[in-house]
Amino acid sequence: MSNLDIYMPILMLLLLGVLLVGITVVLISKVVRPHNPNPVKEQAYECGEDPVGSAWSLFNMRFYVTGLIFIIFDVESALMFPVVAVFKSMNEIGLGGLVLIELIIFITILVAGLAYCWRKGDLDWVKSYKMSEDSKEGTGIEND
Amino acid sequence: MTDTIVSYLAKFGPFKDLLEFLTESYGANGPTLFAFLIFLVGVIIIVTILSTIGGLGTYAERKISADMQLRMGPNRVGPYGILQFLADGVKMLMKEDIVPKDVDRLLFFIAPMLALTGVFGTLAVIPFSSGFTLTDLNVGVVYLIGISSLVGLAIFLGGYASNSKWSMLGGMRGASQIISYEIPIVLSILAVVLLSGGLSFGVITRAQGGWPHEWFIFHNPFTFIGFFVLFIGSLAETNRAPFDLPEAESELVSGYHTEFTGMRFAFFALAEYIEVFVVCGVTAALFLGGYQVPFNLGGDTIWGQLLQLGAFFSKTLALYYFVIVIRWTLPRLRVDQLMTMCWKYLIPIALFNLVGAGVWMWLFKGKSLFVLLFKSGTAAAGIH
Repeated sequence: MSNLDIYMPILMLLLLGVLLVGITVVLISKVVRPHNPNPVKEQAYECGEDPVGSAWSLFNMRFYVTGLIFIIFDVESALMFPVVAVFKSMNEIGLGGLVLIELIIFITILVAGLAYCWRKGDLDWVKSYKMSEDSKEGTGIEND
Repeated sequence: MTDTIVSYLAKFGPFKDLLEFLTESYGANGPTLFAFLIFLVGVIIIVTILSTIGGLGTYAERKISADMQLRMGPNRVGPYGILQFLADGVKMLMKEDIVPKDVDRLLFFIAPMLALTGVFGTLAVIPFSSGFTLTDLNVGVVYLIGISSLVGLAIFLGGYASNSKWSMLGGMRGASQIISYEIPIVLSILAVVLLSGGLSFGVITRAQGGWPHEWFIFHNPFTFIGFFVLFIGSLAETNRAPFDLPEAESELVSGYHTEFTGMRFAFFALAEYIEVFVVCGVTAALFLGGYQVPFNLGGDTIWGQLLQLGAFFSKTLALYYFVIVIRWTLPRLRVDQLMTMCWKYLIPIALFNLVGAGVWMWLFKGKSLFVLLFKSGTAAAGIH
C-alpha cells in the first residue's frame, strides 16, 4: 500500500456523492416523474405574487464585513493548528511554557483585532455610526 | 503508517490470503488493488448505512416532535411508521422536477451535488471504531473542517442559483452564519488537539478513555465549556434550530431550497440529516471518548470492534436525540442575535478556553482534573 492509497476513500466518497445526485436526478427520476411545464409554474416562487425584478441585486454590506473578519480569524486559526499539535510533545520535554507564550502572543494579537472590530461596531448587525464617533449617549441605540 | 480499514482487515486470514493472491497476480500493484477493493466495499457500506441513518433521522425528527407535542406522528407506513422515509423517498423521486426559467441552470444542478459531496467527504475520517475507520488521516481534523465547508458553499450556491428573493436571503444568511460559527468550532477543536497532541481522530480518541472521567469533556473546566461551544457551533453549522435562519420556514418560506423540488430537495434534506449525524459523531469522538469502551473490553477481536461501534453509535445517537429535542424546544434567533452570539460570546469564550487549556496543560503536566483531585490525593495519603 503506497502512501497515496490512504486518500483513495476520499476520492471514492466524493465521486459517489456526485454520481448519486447525477444519476438519480438525471436518469432514474427522469423515467418516473411527470414533466408538464407551464409559464406560471416556471416563475420564481414569491407567495403567489408575480416576481418583480431579479433576485441578483445588491446585498447588505454586513455580509461583506462578516466575511472579511472571518477570513482573518480563519487564517489565524489555521496558523495555530501546527503550534497546538506539537504543544503536547514540547510540553513533555519541558518547552511547554515557550510554546504557550508564543500561543498567547498570537492570540493577544487576534483578540486585539476582535476588540478593535467590537469597538468600531463592526460586530453589531445594525451598525450605528454615532457609536464610532464616541458619542453613544442620547442616540437611544444600545449596543445590542 | 496511517491506520485504515485496509491495514486493519489485512491482519485477518481471508483478507491476508486475498492480499497474497493479488500480490502474486499483479506484482507491485497488488496491495493497491487490495486497498482499492476494500475501500470500495467499505465506502459503499458506510454510505448505505449513513444514508439510512439520515433517512431514519427525518423519521426520528417527526416522531420525537410529535411526542413532544402530544401528537401521533407518522404511523401508517410500516410498523410505527418506521418506513415513512422510504415512502417519502419514493414520493420525492416521482415529483415533477420544476426548474424556474430564470435560474442559473449549472449552479442549480451543482448545488445539491456539492451538499451531498461535502457531507460524504467527511465520512472518510469518522472514527466508528478502532478498526472500522475508513482512513485515519494524520490531518483528519483539518480535513474534516475543510471538506465540511463545501456544505456552506452548497447552501449559498443553492440560494444564489435559484434567482428567487427568498432563496437569496436564505443563502446569504446561511453563508454568513456558517462561516461565522466555523471559528468557535475550530477554536474548540484546537483546545482538544492541544490536549491530545495530534490532529488525527485516532490519536485524539486514544488519548481519552472508556470511563467518563477520562473523556476530554471532564478533563478540565476549559474543555467542559469547550464542549458546549463546539456543540452550539455545530448546531449553527448544520442549520439546526435555534439557528435555522437559512431555511426559516415562517419568514423565508423555505430559505435556500425554496425553488428545489423532487430529488434535488431530497438530497439537500439528506445531506442535512447526515451532517447532523457527522457533527454529533465528531463531538462524541473529540469530547466524549469516541469509540472507547471501559476496560478495553473485547480488545482487538471482532466483539471488541462491535462493542466499540456500539459505544460510538450510542454516544452519537444520544447527541442526535438532544439536537432534535433542542429544535422543538427553543425559538429561532434573530439574525443580529445570531451574530452577537457568535462574535461577542462564543469566540471570546473559545479563545479564553484555548489559552486556559494550554495553561492547564503546562501547569499540571497534562493531568486531568480527576487525576489531580483523587489520584494525587491518594498518593499524598500514601506518603504520610
